[in-house]
Amino acid sequence: MKISSPKTRAYQAACMILIVILALLFIFPLYWILTGAFKTAADIYDPDPSWIPKEWTLDNFGKLFSRRPVPLFDIFGVTGPTVPGAVRWLINTVFMAVMSMLLTCLTAAMAGYALAKKRFVGRGIIFSLIVCAMALPKQVILIPLLREMGALNLWDTPWAVIFPTVGWPFGVFLMKQFSESIPGEILEATRIDGASELKTFATVVMPMIKPGIGALAIFTFINCWNDYFMQLVMLASTEQHTISLGIATMQSETSIDLGLLMSGASVAAVPIIIVFLIFQKYFTQGITMGAVKG
Amino acid sequence: MAKQSASMSRALQRRENTAGYLFMLPSLLFFVGFVVIPMILCIFTSLTDANMNSSGHFVGLNNFIRLWSDKTFREALVNTLVIVVVSVPAVCAFSLWVSSAIYKMNGKLLSAFRCIFYLPVVTGSVAVTVVWKWMYDNYNGIFNYILKGTGLIEKNINWLGDPRFALWCIILILFTTSVGQPIVLYVSALGNVDQTLVEAAQVDGATNFQVFWKVKWAQMLPTTLYILVITTINSFQCFALIQLLTSGGSGTNTVMYHIYFTAFKLTEQAGHFGYANAMGVVLALFIGALSALQFKLAKEK
Amino acid sequence: MEYLAYADGDDKVNTALTVGGAPDLVLEGPQRLVSNWGNGGYMVDLSDMLDETDKSEIAASALGCATSADGKLYMYPLVMTAHCMAVNLNAFQEAGADQYLDLDSHTWTTDDFIKAVEALYAHYNDTVGAVFCAGQGGDQGTRALVNNLYGASFVNGTHDGYTWDDPNNIKALELLRDMDGIEFDASLAGGDEIAKFYQGILKMAFCWNIQQQTDPNGAGTGTGKTLTGDDIAFMAFPSQDGSASLCGGWWGFGIFDNGDAARIEAAKTFIKYMCDSEHTAEAVKTATFYPARSAAEGTDLSNVWAGNDLMAEYNKLLPMLGEYYEDTKGWTQARTSWWNMLQDIGEGAGIAETVATFQAEANAAG
Repeated sequence: MKISSPKTRAYQAACMILIVILALLFIFPLYWILTGAFKTAADIYDPDPSWIPKEWTLDNFGKLFSRRPVPLFDIFGVTGPTVPGAVRWLINTVFMAVMSMLLTCLTAAMAGYALAKKRFVGRGIIFSLIVCAMALPKQVILIPLLREMGALNLWDTPWAVIFPTVGWPFGVFLMKQFSESIPGEILEATRIDGASELKTFATVVMPMIKPGIGALAIFTFINCWNDYFMQLVMLASTEQHTISLGIATMQSETSIDLGLLMSGASVAAVPIIIVFLIFQKYFTQGITMGAVKG
Repeated sequence: MAKQSASMSRALQRRENTAGYLFMLPSLLFFVGFVVIPMILCIFTSLTDANMNSSGHFVGLNNFIRLWSDKTFREALVNTLVIVVVSVPAVCAFSLWVSSAIYKMNGKLLSAFRCIFYLPVVTGSVAVTVVWKWMYDNYNGIFNYILKGTGLIEKNINWLGDPRFALWCIILILFTTSVGQPIVLYVSALGNVDQTLVEAAQVDGATNFQVFWKVKWAQMLPTTLYILVITTINSFQCFALIQLLTSGGSGTNTVMYHIYFTAFKLTEQAGHFGYANAMGVVLALFIGALSALQFKLAKEK
Repeated sequence: MEYLAYADGDDKVNTALTVGGAPDLVLEGPQRLVSNWGNGGYMVDLSDMLDETDKSEIAASALGCATSADGKLYMYPLVMTAHCMAVNLNAFQEAGADQYLDLDSHTWTTDDFIKAVEALYAHYNDTVGAVFCAGQGGDQGTRALVNNLYGASFVNGTHDGYTWDDPNNIKALELLRDMDGIEFDASLAGGDEIAKFYQGILKMAFCWNIQQQTDPNGAGTGTGKTLTGDDIAFMAFPSQDGSASLCGGWWGFGIFDNGDAARIEAAKTFIKYMCDSEHTAEAVKTATFYPARSAAEGTDLSNVWAGNDLMAEYNKLLPMLGEYYEDTKGWTQARTSWWNMLQDIGEGAGIAETVATFQAEANAAG
C-alpha cells in the first residue's frame, strides 16, 4: 500500500527501463537521418549497416546545394542572383511559416476573444461550425480550393498555402479557451472608463492571453514548416517549392540516392528542431493552459 | 445565455453584435473564404458528374450510390476507420502511461523526456517519412537487418509491400508523431491533481489503482477529452505517409489519399471531380459524426 | 519549362490544368500527351507543322503513336528508344550465370533466363530480381517481361481488347511467381526497382533503357556502373527463341491550349527549333536517346551517336521494337488494372482467376 513497497519499486524500475528504451527508439529516426546525411554511398548500401558513419563526408550536402539552380528572389519583376534550389526553398519555407504565424495569431486572438466574451447573435452557430471544421482534412476541400486559388490568381504563390492555413479554425478554438479566463469585471471596468473596444483588446485582453498567443505562434510555425499536402497541390514551379516539397520531389526522382535524401531531410528538420528547443518552455506552458481550461 | 440577453437592453445587444462581428471579421474572412465556401462548393460538385473538362451536369445522388458499390473506396474507408480507431486510444493510453511514469521527475530530466517524445512531431512528416521508408526497406532496411541478425525472422519481411504489415507500419509512424503533445498535456495534468484528495483517498484505504481511477482520472477528464480531439485531428492528417510510402498500395489506401488519386492521377480519365468530391462529403460526414460524439461526451462529463 | 518527374508528373500537370495554369509546353510521351491530355481536349493539334518532307523523315512508329485516333498530332516527336532490362554483370559472373548471356546480340532465351536465375539464387540465396507492382510508371517493363517469356501479346490485333488471359501470359506469370529469387514486390515502383539495382541489391532490373545506363540519376557512378562499382549490361527480354519484341519509348513536345494564339505560335517556333532544325542533333544528344527522324532540315541525324560505343551498341535493340499498342481503348484503366493484378498475384491469389478479373476490368473501360 505504501509507495515504496518492493513490488511497486520493481514495477517502477521496469517502467523506467522501458521508457528509456522507448525514448531511444523515438530519437532513432532522427539519428538515422543525421548520420545518413554524412555517410558515403558505400557505407549506406553496405549490407551490414554501420551505426556510426565509417567515414564522415560532406558530399551529400555538396550535392544538395548544387542542384536545381533558381533565382534567389523574384519580387515585382526584379530577379535575384541564381542560387541552388535548396537555399530558395528554405527562404520560401521561412516566409510562409512566418506569415502564417502572424496572420493566424492576430485573427485567432481577436476571434477567440469575441467568441468567449461577446454575446453576439449567431455566436453559437459560428462556434459549432468552427468545432466541426477543425478535424476536417484538407483533402476534402482540395478541388474547390484549387479552383478558387486559380480564379484568384494565387495558385503557385506562397499565399495559396498561407491563406488556407490561416483559415483553419484550430487557432480560434485555442484562443477562445484562453479568453474564457479573462475576468468579466476587468473588461467591464475598462468599458466604464470609456476605453474603446480596440483599446480594451490591445491593452487588457492581449497581455492576459499572451502565453496562449505564444503557444499558438510556435504551433502554427511548426505546422506550417512541416506541412506537405497544401504545398504539394498549391505550389508547382521549382522556385516556389518549400524544403519539404523539395525533398519529397527529390525522393520521387532520385530514390536511388539515400545520402542526398538524408542531407535534405536534415536541412528541413534541424532548423525547426532548434526553434522548438529554444521556445519549448513557452510552448509547453501555452498548450497546457489551453487544454486545462477546456 | 438566453436569460442574459433578454435582460440586456437592445442598444447594449446591438453594441455587442457590432463589436463581436468586427472582432470576428478578419478570422471569418479566411475561414469562410478558404474553408466554408470550398466546403459548400464541394457539396454542390458532389451532386454533378464534373470532371477536368466540364463543370458537369446534375446527377443527384448517383455519385454516392456508385461510391457505395466501389470496392476500392470501401476499402479506403475501412482503412481510415482502422487508423482512427486504433491510433486514438493507443496514443491516449501510451501517453498517459509515459506521463505517469515521468511526471514526478526533476525538472531537467522531465523536460528532456518531454522533448524526446515531441521530437518526431517537430521533425516534420516528409523528413520522417523519408527515413522510415529506408528503415522499413525490404532489402537494406534496419528492421530486417536487426530481426534477421537476432534470428527472429529467417526471410526479409516486406514491411511496406505486404498487406499484412503495411497499414500497421503506417500506424506506427503516425503513432510516434502523435504522442508528443498528449504527453506534455498529461504531465501537467498529473502535476495539477489535487494532492489532498489523493491523500484523503489513501487514508481511506484505497488501492493505488482506485486512487488513480477514482481521483486522478476523474480530475484529468477535460485533458483527456482535449487529447481525444487533437489526436483524432492528427489521425486524419496521414496523407504524406500514404503518398510517399505506399501510394495507397498494399492495402493502405485511405479516403484522404483516394480523393487526391481520383482527382489527379491518371485513372481511366483524369479528374472525376464530382466523384472525388462525393468522397470528400462522405469523409466530412464521418468526421462530423465523430466530432459530435466527442463533444457530446465532453458535455456529459 | 517545368521538368516532369517520372513518378508524379501527371498529378502536377493535372493540378495545373484544374486551375487553368498549365504550362505552354510539355516534353512527354504519347500515353499522356495523346491518350490523356490530347483526347481530353487540352492540347493543340500540331499537324500543320508537318509537310511532306517531315512526314517522310519522321519514323512511322513515332508518327503513329503521336497521332490520335481522329488524326490529330498531339506530340511532335523528338526522340525514341527501346525499353529493355539490365543485369549486373559482375554478379552474373560470380554466380557463373554469365554463360547464359549473349552480350553480342544482347538476347537470351527463356531457358537461359531460368538457368541464370537458378544460378544466381544458388549463389546469393536471396531475391535477385523483383517484379515491381507499385506505382504508376515503368509498367512497360513488367508487360514486356511477361509477354516475351512464352510469346504472348498484351492486346488483341484490333487494339480494342486485352489478352492477358492468353495461356502463355498465364504460364509466364506462374513461372515468375514460382521462381526462387524472383519476388513480386508491392513496395517497389519502377524507379525504386532501378534504385535497388543501382545499389547492387537486385541483380537484374526490368525497368531499363539507355538513359539509365548513361546517366544514373546523377549519382556520380560513371557510365554503366552500379553504386557498388559493378558493370551493367543491357539485355533484351528473354523469349523462347531469343527474338524479343520490345516496347518502345517515344518522347516529344506537346502544346497546351491556353487560348492565346501568340503563345501557341511561340511554342511552335520553339518546337521547330528543337525538333526540326540544325539544333536537333544537339537536343537528341542532351536527351541521350535516339532521333525520331532520319534528317532535320538537311542535317542527317542517323549518325548523331557516331563515336559513342555504348550508344552505338544499344542501337542493336532498336530493330526489336514491337508494335505500338498503348493506343488501345481503355488504356489508362488497363495500366491501373495491370498493377493491381500483379499485386494480387504477388499476394498469392490464384493466377487464372485474378488475371480474368482484372482483364475484364480493363476491357470494360474500353
